[in-house]
Amino acid sequence: MKTVSLTIDGEKVTARQGEKVLWAALDNGIYIPNLCALRDASEIPAACRLCFVEVEGKEQPVTACTETVEPGMVVNTRGPSALRLARTAFELLMSSHPVDCAHCPANGSCELQKIAHHLGTKLKTRRFRKLLRELPVDSSSPVFIYDPNKCVLCGRCIWICRERLGIGVLGFAHRGFERVVTTFADEPIAESGCRDCGECVVVCPTGALTFKEQ
Amino acid sequence: MKATGFQSVASTFREIKSRAESQWRGLRDGGKSVIMVGAATCGRAAGALEVLQAIKRELKKQKLDCPVVEVGCMGHCYAEPIVTISKPGYPPICYRHVNPVIAERLVREFILGDDPCLEFVLAALEENDLVPSFSDFPRAKFEKKVILKNCGHIDPEQIEHYIANGGYSALAKALQMQPEEIIDEVKRSGLRGRGGAGFPTGQKWEICRNALGKPKYVICNGDEGDPGAFMDRAILESDPHSVLEGMLIAGYAIGARYGYIYVRAEYPLAVRRARIALRQARKLNLLGRNILGSDFSFDIKLFQGSGAFVCGEETALIASLEGEPGIPCYRPPYPATNGLYGKPTVINNVKTLVSISHIVQNGAEWFASVGTERSKGTAVFALAGKVINTGLAEVPMGTTLRQVIFDVGSGIPGGKRFKAVQIGGPSGGCLPESALDLPIDFDSLTDAGAMMGSGGMIVLDEDDCMVEISRYFLEFTQRESCGKCTFCRLGTKQMLEVLAEITKGKGKIEDLDMLSQLAEDIKAGSLCGLGKTAPNPVLSTLRYFRDEYEAHIKEGRCPALMCQELIAYYIVPEKCERSCDACVGTCTVEAISSHPKKRYKIIDQEKCVKCGTCVTSCPPQYNAIVKLSPPGQVPASK
Repeated sequence: MKTVSLTIDGEKVTARQGEKVLWAALDNGIYIPNLCALRDASEIPAACRLCFVEVEGKEQPVTACTETVEPGMVVNTRGPSALRLARTAFELLMSSHPVDCAHCPANGSCELQKIAHHLGTKLKTRRFRKLLRELPVDSSSPVFIYDPNKCVLCGRCIWICRERLGIGVLGFAHRGFERVVTTFADEPIAESGCRDCGECVVVCPTGALTFKEQ
Repeated sequence: MKATGFQSVASTFREIKSRAESQWRGLRDGGKSVIMVGAATCGRAAGALEVLQAIKRELKKQKLDCPVVEVGCMGHCYAEPIVTISKPGYPPICYRHVNPVIAERLVREFILGDDPCLEFVLAALEENDLVPSFSDFPRAKFEKKVILKNCGHIDPEQIEHYIANGGYSALAKALQMQPEEIIDEVKRSGLRGRGGAGFPTGQKWEICRNALGKPKYVICNGDEGDPGAFMDRAILESDPHSVLEGMLIAGYAIGARYGYIYVRAEYPLAVRRARIALRQARKLNLLGRNILGSDFSFDIKLFQGSGAFVCGEETALIASLEGEPGIPCYRPPYPATNGLYGKPTVINNVKTLVSISHIVQNGAEWFASVGTERSKGTAVFALAGKVINTGLAEVPMGTTLRQVIFDVGSGIPGGKRFKAVQIGGPSGGCLPESALDLPIDFDSLTDAGAMMGSGGMIVLDEDDCMVEISRYFLEFTQRESCGKCTFCRLGTKQMLEVLAEITKGKGKIEDLDMLSQLAEDIKAGSLCGLGKTAPNPVLSTLRYFRDEYEAHIKEGRCPALMCQELIAYYIVPEKCERSCDACVGTCTVEAISSHPKKRYKIIDQEKCVKCGTCVTSCPPQYNAIVKLSPPGQVPASK
């Protein structure tokens, strides 16, 4: 296996040739906020827009999940323009996320909390208007509850269900602000061919998919 | 290919061409009057089909046997329906705003009689002593028709018309060249993609030709989605073969076997005419196996898009063609190397492809002699909004905005003042009067904060509120956003919310800084071209018309008197005729009553829904009803 050495945040690291900067950083213990990235996915979604980093020689910040490592590359995950974009993206996500951590089962394990901590941003955004969607919660499954209001549309659940497990119960529907993860024809999850494996709950970074209390 | 192959292409095409020419001559020089009716969508909307029927009916009644030809759009959409009559002994004359009654008169008085009905004339097609011709128009000095050369002058449903007017000659020529020569020619011509971004076409082709993978594809991007842009539709409706020819040459140059025309289903006439064109081209072996006896085989399929704006983005377009949802994905790899079904694919805009045959035919130097240093050739604009001559204009790159709007478009109707021009649709920006002398090319427009885009040009006058305009465009992009990436899905929604508040007078001055910061972030952070350009209308209006935003926020005043919540209707007592009840009768909510003693009319501001009907009902000699902003300006009635 050919490796490439590069510098991330002043630290010399090595990564497999062809690897993306995001994984190179994470594997070396350097955290870059991310939600939609999947190591094994054939296609990079590049949808959450949180993993911006600065690369020496590039004018604009780039997303770490799409940037391939190069020998001698100098990456700065804490550059001001990269952080600015990541913070704006995060605040935008939070502007349509109901922040009620105390009553959320994901409290403590929620990646949004982790990202907020990393970026030094509050969970409740003051800069933007609160735009909640008020969608119905689906608790039809015997195993888990799906609250689309807390969903950040990262697509991890869709990928695991369709690509990894070959079931394909979940998918994206609608466009723009209405975009939502749902079942075919919006049927309740219990009636949509779900096998109650709960893998989607495991990969969900937020409290959108949570196990029912036993 | 061997020399014998070249000879066979030349002789096969010569045969086809001479047959087409004799058919065309039979039409033009058959000793009969030829009537051409502009029946593209613009003409049809204005009533061209009724005119067509009236002409046929009257010809039958008068027992005249004249060919009636449906042609496309000449670009003079403001004058539709347009009928062109070529009568032996007369120059071909175009008539404007023809209705069935005028059409019948033209048949009776001009074709049967000898009165050319000068009162209905738009212009003659050729210079003559009888009527002014198009070349006498002030706009003729600025226009240069290359891409639109045939539009409105040939029957788009007859391949012979296209061939007789020089069509497919470039293909025959190209098939006798080496593919690399063609790519080199296109590169030297300096042609840049007409879809908006302006990527050098020759370079794209070269990358695709050199890319590994088979089969390769050529896609014609006819998914024209900008509000106010209609040139791709006009070309597909008026001259579909020119698009096919461009695709064929592209296919030959990059080594492709198949092509797709991606056109939106909302363009049924374009779809129909493109389908007819494909059928006719196949019949003459201009499509299919061993085209014109060469060893080049190519075929084209037509694909109807369902009308999502984002499908104009090339990766979303490919996804849509593959049967997936039209959602963009991350580039690179670019479609030129990994496109349709993962194979190397060239995607070109309709106008880019039409330019190709002219480059092959006339040479790179000829094409490069038109335009500016870094943008060569001509630009097609769809003029819409507050401009007298709405329609299509084709001008050399480097023509100024002022020339396009005031010389070609004849300026603003109703003696109103020019305020701004919105270029490039939802991805473009609003440029003010100070930018009017800007020579138009890809780079100058981008520097000024707009974008060439697909070439929509919406002219705005003093009655248009710039905050409302940017809200309108943002509402469009917001609705058309696929929702995949955070910036576009939520960022445009946030901007839209803030703009809507401002137009209602509920904005805060801090919002302006938030807007411009957010707009910059969306521009830098979005995944695809739609998101990256969506903030342009906001950024450009904030840059050039910040005073209007401030008037809305600080004074609750809409300077253009457009934002409903910030205006009030008021009847000026001194102007009101008093005994007239026109406004009282038309008010839909009975908000208008008479002053008990002085009889002038008063609007009850509580009841008024600001529909504006009273303004139109007030007889022009009184003109007593005015709009005031802020609404608090309405004096208390005495």
